[in-house]
Amino acid sequence: MQKLKCFLSSFALLTLCFYLPLASAAIDTFQFDNKAQDQLFHHLTKILRCPKCQNQNIADSNASLAKDLRNKTYELVKKGQSKDQIVAYMVERYGNFIRYDPPMTPATIFLWIGPLLVILIGFYMLFELTRKQKNQDLALDDTEMNRLKTLLKENVGK
Amino acid sequence: MIPEIGQFTLVVACMLSLLQTVYPLYGVQTGHQGAIKSAKVLAILQFVFVSAAFLILSYLFFVNDFSVLYIAMNSNSLLPWYYRLAAVWGAHEGSLLLWVFLLSIWTAAVAVMSKRLPVESVARVLAILGLLSFGFYLFILLTSNPFIRTLPLFPVDGRDLNPILQDIGLISHPPILYMGYVGLSVPFSFAIAALLEGRLDSAWAKWSRPWTMAAWIFLTIGISLGSWWAYSELGWGGWWFWDPVENASFMPWLIATALIHSLLVSEKRGVFKSWTVFLAISAFSLSLLGTFLVRSGVLVSVHAFANAPSRGLFILAFLVIVVGSSLILFALRASTVKSRGRYELVSREAMLLVNNILLAAALIVVLLGTLLPLVHKQIGLGAISIGAPFFNRIFSVLIVPFALFLGVAPLARWKRQNIQDLTKPLIHSLIIATIATLLFLFIFATHFTWLALMGVFLGMWVFSTVGYELCLRARHRHSLFTGLLKLGNSHWAMSLAHAGFAVVIIGITMVQNYSIEKDIKLSIGQSISFEHYNFTFDGIEPLKGDNYTGTTGIFTVHRKGHFVTIMHPEKRIYTVQKMPTTQAAIDPGFTRDLYIAMGQKLPDGAWTLRIYYRPFIRWIWFGPVFMAFAGILMLFDRRYRHKKVKSLVDGENASC
Amino acid sequence: MLIKHKKRIFLLMPALFFLVVCIFLFKGLFKDPHRLVSTRIGKTVPEFTLPDLFQPSKLHHSSIFKGQKMLLNVWATWCATCYAEHNFLNKMANSDIYIVGMSYKDDRTKAIRWLKDLKNPYKITLFDKDGMVGMDLGVYGAPETFFIDSKGVIRYRQVGDISPQIWREKLSEIYKKME
Repeated sequence: MQKLKCFLSSFALLTLCFYLPLASAAIDTFQFDNKAQDQLFHHLTKILRCPKCQNQNIADSNASLAKDLRNKTYELVKKGQSKDQIVAYMVERYGNFIRYDPPMTPATIFLWIGPLLVILIGFYMLFELTRKQKNQDLALDDTEMNRLKTLLKENVGK
Repeated sequence: MIPEIGQFTLVVACMLSLLQTVYPLYGVQTGHQGAIKSAKVLAILQFVFVSAAFLILSYLFFVNDFSVLYIAMNSNSLLPWYYRLAAVWGAHEGSLLLWVFLLSIWTAAVAVMSKRLPVESVARVLAILGLLSFGFYLFILLTSNPFIRTLPLFPVDGRDLNPILQDIGLISHPPILYMGYVGLSVPFSFAIAALLEGRLDSAWAKWSRPWTMAAWIFLTIGISLGSWWAYSELGWGGWWFWDPVENASFMPWLIATALIHSLLVSEKRGVFKSWTVFLAISAFSLSLLGTFLVRSGVLVSVHAFANAPSRGLFILAFLVIVVGSSLILFALRASTVKSRGRYELVSREAMLLVNNILLAAALIVVLLGTLLPLVHKQIGLGAISIGAPFFNRIFSVLIVPFALFLGVAPLARWKRQNIQDLTKPLIHSLIIATIATLLFLFIFATHFTWLALMGVFLGMWVFSTVGYELCLRARHRHSLFTGLLKLGNSHWAMSLAHAGFAVVIIGITMVQNYSIEKDIKLSIGQSISFEHYNFTFDGIEPLKGDNYTGTTGIFTVHRKGHFVTIMHPEKRIYTVQKMPTTQAAIDPGFTRDLYIAMGQKLPDGAWTLRIYYRPFIRWIWFGPVFMAFAGILMLFDRRYRHKKVKSLVDGENASC
Repeated sequence: MLIKHKKRIFLLMPALFFLVVCIFLFKGLFKDPHRLVSTRIGKTVPEFTLPDLFQPSKLHHSSIFKGQKMLLNVWATWCATCYAEHNFLNKMANSDIYIVGMSYKDDRTKAIRWLKDLKNPYKITLFDKDGMVGMDLGVYGAPETFFIDSKGVIRYRQVGDISPQIWREKLSEIYKKME
């Protein structure tokens, strides 16, 4: 009995833990007043994240909450609100987690500084290396020469 | 009984891998020839035993032995045989077995194909590979054993493989991608062996290069297969989502690409050696990091495995030991490495370094973008998400210098390039590229956007410089035609790979700027038109598969009044897991894809539908095919295998 | 010598960076990345008017949260964890904890039957049919429980069920501290 329970619970645990997206498309047919609203709505549903789901935007997710969020987005778009207003509305309720485009914070600034630093340091090194080499001779060192020679001999030997 | 044999062979393989680490290293230390030579034998034995374990698990899936827990969880009596076999790697435990199995293939390949290398070096490399295998064997045996039985219970039937995985993509994508991930362990082991030995020379770069190239080929194909699979299977028509799991595969690719280029410089010119070693270590470290991210559940991802903290802890410990010690070893040994080559600021070396710098910057973007949400939350700044809007923006900036330099670099000479000599080719290429861009946009673009102009121009720029360079080199000594024939494989490989990259840029640009997406409601008999295409909803039919039922929609497509095709999107419900899935219908084309996914039936009998027009999306996958083919060409370059050693001794004249 | 020393330190940077990353990864292993901290903490309950679950014509205004500290429990009959939690909610109600319930995106008759069968721990039960007040509160699943002080300010949000163990170890402390 104990074993059965153990088995069943491990079963349940595994099923619960299995995270895969629901692969049925979430499709609504909203009507818009104009093309700009249509585009804004589709753009927003792509950059807003469904908080309940795995990593999916609210356009792709079929979860009930994603549906509510789509409806809300639609309602706000129809009211004539701008992208920033709608994103702010969502962030007020669900926090920055809901937007795929992170705001500037003391930490997210590194997303931009990081690559910039790599590029700056990289180019600095490149300049330094080429500058230094001007006063350096370029012969291969002895050990390396010997090694290549033996390699060659081995090659010929085969 | 058979599962127990499987487990036993796995244990033996584990022991052998440990032996493969310890004994050869002992031999290298003491000069014991037998111990040194044992490395090859042990590697091959290990391969034999883990293959046996893998075959046994496959067999158990084939006969659907539901007394094995892993099979009971991931198979079903209704599941077709080919999906049963692919289900071996359909979940965590089996995919790890696939991982070590592939690692043993690479190990055995190194053992067999390294006859030209000094035996001590090979012994060291195999010992390091053995150590990596040992870690993974322990991981499987301690936390993720696929051979565990459900006994004394005997389930009547299995819970079935997750319906989303029941696709051709599952058969091909994981093995190929893993082959790439795991393959990076070879240049890693070469790098560590060279550091241990204290011999970082051109010969080391020469040995590593084909292995890196081979792993890179698999990685390239694996990633694009994954992208294609997501596009065709997941029902929302995206081809890249910047999900942590996708990023985990993209990061090693970025570094492996940098590594291929810097190995080239290290081999031919003897410079950047410590940087190259660092890249070799990083590439495999990132593939291990990816494994951790996918299997530990620290990040929210669409396609994560089932996870338990013990597993995460184990991989993290493994990661710290392997990567941490490698990086420390690197810091200690690389500080003594000196580069002796001389090159100037305008030279092919410098431009290849620029390529490396930009790839490293791209890596930092992806790495930070993937890990920062975790850090952000832990340092108390709250949960954030970093997704497509951010990555797309920063990548569309980084790609500009990358593609521009990519065009120039092959035209430049090693050591020193006179700027004046570059002016003519560059101006010519610029003119050709501009004309081609305008023509292309005039024919294929529906409206003008600056991003599209830039993207297409970058692609055309790469095309025209690649073409120009080929002509230039061909006509160097011969007439154009004989010259082209005389160019070596590796030269063609370079040109082809770069052209493949241009194909990808153009594909991405067109898809991102000119896709049309329609979410609509359509009743049977109605039709909708856009982009000269007309879709008519002819009706629906019931659908019956081996292990699912559902509905098929029938759509006739016309373009400007001419019949194009009939499309059959499906809505399936898998019998066992009761999961509804959308099987989109795709009409692929060279310049455009049409895509229909069915939503749900509305009360009035109409259906909600998603119809996409995706221009040039195939190019996103054609490009990687070019690149992979280029890699294969490079591997089969005879010149590269024999003559290059000579040119190294000459110390120069190693122009591609 | 000094230059070499400098170079070595420079070359150690990747190892250091890697270690720092590992520390964060290690910490991350023990946290559920799905858990979100409410954005409403430290703020008063957003304004709303919702009907009563039992009497559709009776409307409650968000001012009901003022006057004493209380819990706001968001639940639904479609949520299995809510069922698991319900017993303990009853116990808490018995020990004089003021709990307001909010039936979230649910069917009215099912919800009423649920409370009849399992006993009703709620002093007031709000009925949020379309989940729009839930959205204002940032609810992203059920059950969720908000800890609200006597001024109507949200102090804490529990995502997932309140089990006796979590209550004992963590939540009772938070509850006691509230005024």
